Amino acid sequence: MSATPDTPSAHPAPPAGTTPAESAAPGATRRDVLRRAAAAGLLVTPVAGLLGACATGGGDSGGTEQATGEKTAQNPLGVKEDAALEVVIFNGGYGDRYATDVHQKLYQAAFPKAKIIHQSTQAVSTVLQPRFASGNPPEFVNNSGEKFLDFGALVADGQLQDLTDLWEAPSVDDPNKKVRDTVMPGVVEQGMFNTPDGQRKPYVLYYVSTVYGIWYSGKLFRENGWTAPTTWEQFTALCEQIKSKGITPFGYAGANAAYYMWNVILSQAAKVGGPEILRNIDNLEPDAWKADAVIQAARAWAEIGKHFSDKSFEGLKHTDVQLRQNQYKLAFYPSGDWLENEQKKDTPPGFEYQIMPMPSLTAADKLPHGAIRAAAGEGYFVSAKSKNPRGGMEYMRQMLSKAGARGFTETVGAATVVPAASEGYQFPPGVASSQAALRAAGQNVFNMMFDNWYKELDTEARTATNELMFGRASAEEWAERIQRRADAIKNDSSIAKFTR
Amino acid sequence: MRQGKYPFVIGFLAVPVTLYTVFVVSPYLQAFWLSMTEWRGIGAPRWIGFGNFERLLSDEVFWKAVRHHGVLLLALPLITIAIALFFAFMLNVGGGSRGGQRVGVRGSGFYRVVFFFPQVLAVAIIAVLFQMVYRPDESGLINGILVKLGLEPVFFLINPNLALWSIIAVLVWQAVGFYVVLFSAGMASIPTEIYEAAELDGASRVTMFFRVTIPLLWDTLQVAWVYLGIAAFDAFAIVAVLSVDSGGPDGATTVLAMEIYRNAFVYSRYGYASAMGVALFFLTITFAALTLRVSRRESVEY
Repeated sequence: MSATPDTPSAHPAPPAGTTPAESAAPGATRRDVLRRAAAAGLLVTPVAGLLGACATGGGDSGGTEQATGEKTAQNPLGVKEDAALEVVIFNGGYGDRYATDVHQKLYQAAFPKAKIIHQSTQAVSTVLQPRFASGNPPEFVNNSGEKFLDFGALVADGQLQDLTDLWEAPSVDDPNKKVRDTVMPGVVEQGMFNTPDGQRKPYVLYYVSTVYGIWYSGKLFRENGWTAPTTWEQFTALCEQIKSKGITPFGYAGANAAYYMWNVILSQAAKVGGPEILRNIDNLEPDAWKADAVIQAARAWAEIGKHFSDKSFEGLKHTDVQLRQNQYKLAFYPSGDWLENEQKKDTPPGFEYQIMPMPSLTAADKLPHGAIRAAAGEGYFVSAKSKNPRGGMEYMRQMLSKAGARGFTETVGAATVVPAASEGYQFPPGVASSQAALRAAGQNVFNMMFDNWYKELDTEARTATNELMFGRASAEEWAERIQRRADAIKNDSSIAKFTR
Repeated sequence: MRQGKYPFVIGFLAVPVTLYTVFVVSPYLQAFWLSMTEWRGIGAPRWIGFGNFERLLSDEVFWKAVRHHGVLLLALPLITIAIALFFAFMLNVGGGSRGGQRVGVRGSGFYRVVFFFPQVLAVAIIAVLFQMVYRPDESGLINGILVKLGLEPVFFLINPNLALWSIIAVLVWQAVGFYVVLFSAGMASIPTEIYEAAELDGASRVTMFFRVTIPLLWDTLQVAWVYLGIAAFDAFAIVAVLSVDSGGPDGATTVLAMEIYRNAFVYSRYGYASAMGVALFFLTITFAALTLRVSRRESVEY
């Protein structure tokens, strides 16, 4: 869940085939030179083809022997105790030390005879696509980062292990409690996908608890006697005050992180119109983006963009804008609670990240002020066609134990979906405040999934949101164009659909 | 020698032909095949015939990218060649004649090296450099100066009317050095007597440039045109690294390679991306064929 922009590798522009001397030599035939140049031009062409060359080969080897062992109280999933387990971890914001130092040690302790093969990568799909295509996938995959494997495609191809057995199994710490009861509500559902035959099954474990909101510096606000606004009137009044101090009141980075902003607008819409507004959007319902609540929220935030932001932010990257907040030049910044960890190096001492929910837009808002977007992030799955899927599920069970989740939190400083593991842990101020906000929200927690399910809709929403926030489109035009894309996706039979 | 001819020829050809087949021909064939399928990157591709191409016809973003290639195809060669010719002329002939020898303006050796610098840098580095140059706030190279002078900053990459031209400016900046060298070499091979004769006839520098240099450089100019035309069909790296929102704002700077990348690696629509690749292939080959056809006419011999 970090805002990594698309940064494809470069490839050289001018076709260097001929030296100047050669082409200028009086007798050298020009047509030869031109032919060569034309040939060089052809070389620049299809990018996808090269990739396809290695990726479509092979096929299902079909009958992979799958290891099973006897089910016991210690081994409720029936893992074969000496079966090897291959673990692939995305080496991104969280690194891979939490896997090698915590989870794999726990698994090894439970199954001393098992051999664990650890691999970490920054490009999951590049490394794993050929393995899935050739029918030899690793057992356990942390499918994350810029190049993650398309979940829909994996589900459609039957590559993901049904995790029902895991969720129904007794937990590591308390045999009387199922694993599903040790995690936060909604986590199992979030990892559910529709299968091609119309069922819904849990396929993905989302492990990291993520809270979204608007962030500000506790120090800056204390020194100026400002308090986090709860209503729209307070919010705009405070923005006025902040502006008069020469500080930019609100901003996000348009160059690569526009999704932080559609997240704000949709969270606002959910508060105005209730969480079903977001469910309709996720389910590609007709006119879901044109709902009153959504338009109202978009209009309100477009006004903030117009009066209280900085036009130059459209050309800046998320790290640039975040740095500005650290320099006390920007008051409010929307993000998730990975922000504090991401900015660790640039945050001045005493800055004290604090989160606030979206201010209530109207007195008639369906959700109370404390309602907040919280979700589980960072997806993990077990390959159904691997040699040891039971081992993969057991690895997840260990991750979800108190020791496993606590170890993760201590290693990377983020909360997991296992609440019992975070109890009493001294989080840094930002995560502490987001955890407190999550507790305060109680049942009023909402989430959205469409960007994970339909990448194209995410792209369209980002582009449209920049147009809206930097004054080139109205709220109605914004909703209209995203709705058009949502309808196109709905009518496109090649895209696997999901509902919640 | 005569009997050993074929083994000898085959011995030399086998390796390059094999390499070419494996790394060039076969990916091409596969791209063509994939463009007729629907493939999400995992599992087996599904044959859908010309479905992807039908979709291309009504894809706004695709046509936007094609239009941008049109602009690039006109602007990039014209501007680059114009500037490079001017520089090359000044560096080689523009200084007048000294001891019967045409020379460039003072310090031309130095300029020659400086102009070639951008060619030495990797494209990605150039893009990152220009991020700094174009930055929209006071820490940008250009806008920093503008703000200091009390002027409004210019939003090079944000203003949709300016963004593509800002990208073209970078492409030109990067290309000019190479063509200065190319044209200099061409000019060096023009016999000095012709310039002397022209000078004796009282031709000014401008006349000399248009009546002597350009006609005798025609061959080289055509080569430059083809090269730059091909570069105009690429532009991927600069757009990908430099532009806002990968080809934005709202697709104002996108090019086909950017859309191929996005469809393949962001949307996992490998079949559709391949169809775009095939379209790009035909665009490039059409351009190359047209240029060869047009340039068939004879040039001035000397």
